[in-house]
Amino acid sequence: MKLNRRTFLGTGAAVATALSAPMVMGQGKPRVVIVGGGAGGATVARYVAKDSEGAIDVTLIEPSRVYYTCFFSNLYIGGFEELDDLGHTYGNLASAYGVNVVHDWVVGVDRVAKTVALASGGSLPYDRLVLSPGIDFVDGSVPGWDVSAQDAMPHAYKGGTQAALLRAQIEAMPEGGTYAMVAPPNPYRCPPGPYERVSMVAHLLSQTNPSAKILIADPKESFSKQGLFEEGWTNHYGGMIERIGPDFGGDDIEARPDAMEIVVGGEVEKVDVCNVIPAMKAGRICEMAAITDGNWAPVVPATMQSRMDENIHVLGDASSQGDMPKSGFSANSQAKVAAMAIRGALTDSRVFPAKFSNTCWSLIATDDGVKVGASYEATDEKIAKVDGFVSQTGEDPALRKTTYEESLGWYAGITADMFG
Amino acid sequence: MGDPARGEELFQQCIACHEVGPGARNKVGPHLNEVFGRTAGSVEGFRYSKSMDRAHGDGLVWDLTTLDAYFENPRVLISGTRMSFRGLKDAGERGDVLAYLRQFSASPQDIPEAVPTALPSVPEVDLPEDVLSIDGDLAWGEYLSSECKTCHQADGAADGIPSITYWPEENFVIAMHAYKQKIRPNPVMQLMAGRLSDEEIAALAAYFAKIE
Repeated sequence: MKLNRRTFLGTGAAVATALSAPMVMGQGKPRVVIVGGGAGGATVARYVAKDSEGAIDVTLIEPSRVYYTCFFSNLYIGGFEELDDLGHTYGNLASAYGVNVVHDWVVGVDRVAKTVALASGGSLPYDRLVLSPGIDFVDGSVPGWDVSAQDAMPHAYKGGTQAALLRAQIEAMPEGGTYAMVAPPNPYRCPPGPYERVSMVAHLLSQTNPSAKILIADPKESFSKQGLFEEGWTNHYGGMIERIGPDFGGDDIEARPDAMEIVVGGEVEKVDVCNVIPAMKAGRICEMAAITDGNWAPVVPATMQSRMDENIHVLGDASSQGDMPKSGFSANSQAKVAAMAIRGALTDSRVFPAKFSNTCWSLIATDDGVKVGASYEATDEKIAKVDGFVSQTGEDPALRKTTYEESLGWYAGITADMFG
Repeated sequence: MGDPARGEELFQQCIACHEVGPGARNKVGPHLNEVFGRTAGSVEGFRYSKSMDRAHGDGLVWDLTTLDAYFENPRVLISGTRMSFRGLKDAGERGDVLAYLRQFSASPQDIPEAVPTALPSVPEVDLPEDVLSIDGDLAWGEYLSSECKTCHQADGAADGIPSITYWPEENFVIAMHAYKQKIRPNPVMQLMAGRLSDEEIAALAAYFAKIE
């Protein structure tokens, strides 16, 4: 067991915890290793550390020192948020909760030895492993596009630099130019996300480049909050937005990053900005751990344990669990269920019935917010929807404004809940 | 419906802040002409609390049920209301005040002459004593609270979503039941409260009252 001290956060508390942790001895306190520091991983790290009160050794492995939330990145693209305000660090998880924060990549999982291998060398043993890696893209799902083309045609579907690149490209569009989006097939991260994205791009362009056009090539017949978005697009953005569904070739796409063209149902379209959001799958580490079935990692609903390995829990977008949408809110909700199950299994503490919930807010234009939400319960088969609601078309502007303000409160709440 | 004459007498404890009748103006509180059927927080030119603005956005409408709940304990319906009034505990007295105020609202078709049997001579949020006296299980409340904390910040910071920290337990319990019974608006809270049992609500109230 070798660990480089420099890979730990340099706070006194973190280093002290790391050095006193019983990892080297392979005995003592139970060890939880968490891969991925987003809405699932950061939350489960904080809750296991906090609720076990030091009885469980918690290590969080996340390559980024500053984590930019993918949620609210659309509001940054629309000019409603600053990118800096969407960046969060792990110092508080280390100093206030005693989480060992390791900035590194996990390059392998040995399920027999119960260790994870780090890119910098060395390995970490675990009693329970939590994988919360988010999404990766399915190779070849958009012919002509792969990750090497993400500078020419950004996906902007992970937070941070990709969102910044996309916004810069939109701001640099020629007058009357075309922004195109290749929308993803189901299932994917944040079901309303591409359509909130389009709304925010339209908001930006209607101020800076009002003769510009927005073209969506969409392989899906219908999409999340469709009536609400289409009403908003008509009311706020006139004829700026055109969506090509599968009946007109939206499911037959080729991207040509070098020529800045897309081919939709055989028709070549010259575009100025092209936002390619490919088909998605669980973050690659799930494949490496051989816990996927198809593109996703199936889990036991009541505990979020992998169906392939009871010592591994999978959270958030990467998991296949049933009815919950892939969202930051869902990952945060699932993390609390997993944290309780892990604490119950590794220490002698009370556990309670699992409860899950989700709400997704979307912004269509200034002060025009909408939301959709549901509650869920664990059945043997899947996480099953119990009850739900969705904003209505034609709502009062005062209600829409309150809904937007509520989303700002949610962002402050969930990030405090993740990072402490 | 109650007795408007007795209601007028009872209304004397309100007149320091509220006017009603011909020429009524806003004072410390908004005027109460046409209050029945009005959306909460909608009197032109009156500056409301954030909480009342939120209730306005959520579409809370003043009617017999909501006004009765508000008169019983204002903070149970609107957590951060500026109306510092201890509330009228007696359902008969509330009926009298409602009868008095309804004289100053038009659209009588929306205001029943007699209180329908299902409606609040006993208001819906007036919970039985045994629900209010459940001893909340703190550890359970702590687990359940994790769901609340996705939006409500544990340290009481409130921007866009109100604080639920350090509420008196009884207010918390009544507020949650008011969401569960869909008297308080807001679909997220109606959804969350809707699937909580009496014991779970008591556990949450106990936890948030004592949160460290």
